[in-house]
Amino acid sequence: MADHCVARFGTAKLDTYLDGELPADEMRDLDAHLRSCAPCAADVLNRLQMKRAVHSAGMRYRPSSDFRERVRKSVAAKRVRSPIRGWLGAAVAVALLLIVGFVTFSVRQGQIERQQAFSELADLHVATLASANPVDVISTDRHTVKPWFQGKIPFTFSLPELQGTEFTLVGGRVAYLGQSAGAELIYQIRKHQISVFIFQDRGAVRGLGSSGRSQKELSFHIETWNQGGLRYFVIGDASGDDLCKLADMLKAAS
Amino acid sequence: MPLFDQLYNFAHWLAQDRTEAEDLVQETYVKALKGFSSFRPGTNFRAWMYRILRNTFLTSRTGLKATITLDADEGLEFPAGTETPETIFIEHSQHQFLQAAIEALPVHFREVLLLCEVEEMSYQEIAEALSVPIGTVMSRLSRARKALRENLQQKLVRS
Repeated sequence: MADHCVARFGTAKLDTYLDGELPADEMRDLDAHLRSCAPCAADVLNRLQMKRAVHSAGMRYRPSSDFRERVRKSVAAKRVRSPIRGWLGAAVAVALLLIVGFVTFSVRQGQIERQQAFSELADLHVATLASANPVDVISTDRHTVKPWFQGKIPFTFSLPELQGTEFTLVGGRVAYLGQSAGAELIYQIRKHQISVFIFQDRGAVRGLGSSGRSQKELSFHIETWNQGGLRYFVIGDASGDDLCKLADMLKAAS
Repeated sequence: MPLFDQLYNFAHWLAQDRTEAEDLVQETYVKALKGFSSFRPGTNFRAWMYRILRNTFLTSRTGLKATITLDADEGLEFPAGTETPETIFIEHSQHQFLQAAIEALPVHFREVLLLCEVEEMSYQEIAEALSVPIGTVMSRLSRARKALRENLQQKLVRS
């Protein structure tokens, strides 16, 4: 390659040209140059011959037929899986699918039942507040309200002492949930009325959570827990903190 | 088995030993089968296979020994002679001289040269097979060719 050409292209560029890796415009430029520059054309020819020689010299080693057969067998052995292993894998996969499906179904079913129970309780609470006679026993005295339920519901319960708190007992009535009779007690705090439902922990209300659960249903706060075989629900539009306080007092009294 | 002959040839050039080359190829196929899920469809299968083979080689004892000198060799410059090695080589036309000269190259020059000249891979494919940028492929290839000419010159002078 002539000196002036080396300065222009660089020796490596001729190799890149022969490798077919130059950008199209540079390829065209170099093509044109080679047609008019004998030293560069000779250089390219030399490099091309070297390239061909390396290609041919590089194809030097061939695998033996023994080795080829050995690899073919080992690859085939890895491809073919044991039929027992395959069945086991399929059985495990099916079992896993069934378990996951069952767990998902159970969880979903539980969620649906809980949602239905809470909706029903919210309806009962609203119906009570909307009623012209929200309570059947009107009294702020727990010792009057509690005995009123005797013979009306199949269980008994204890009510907390409210002296020194912001809560007042308004009264009580019999409520039904899932064809079971229970007690509904109405408490009041700063104009907010709160219903406390007490049912036996079975049937529709069973499995709603063994410990206290606080959540919202139609913007009502709901607290629920299970204690002494009874299921308690505290529901109202008062703040969650107020409901928690009342729930704590009920838990302490039981 | 796809690419079997080519992979074996490349493995033998890298390892310079028949038994070791066979081990490399066998391990390459086992790894390729095991890790086939990691191969992304649409990417270059040939480059992927060569990459597995090369990585297997690099972690082998011979590979580790061969690559220790990589950093020192990166910046080597080879002086140009008055008589070009190409012309000397063509005059002598000695095939084994060229093979010996390729064999004497450091492994990182040897592999890039073989992938380009023997396997006729594009720079992009070589970059994928060696897991290096294209710029590195170009500069390494250029230095490999210079080194090859230098090796040839030395061998021809000695002979």
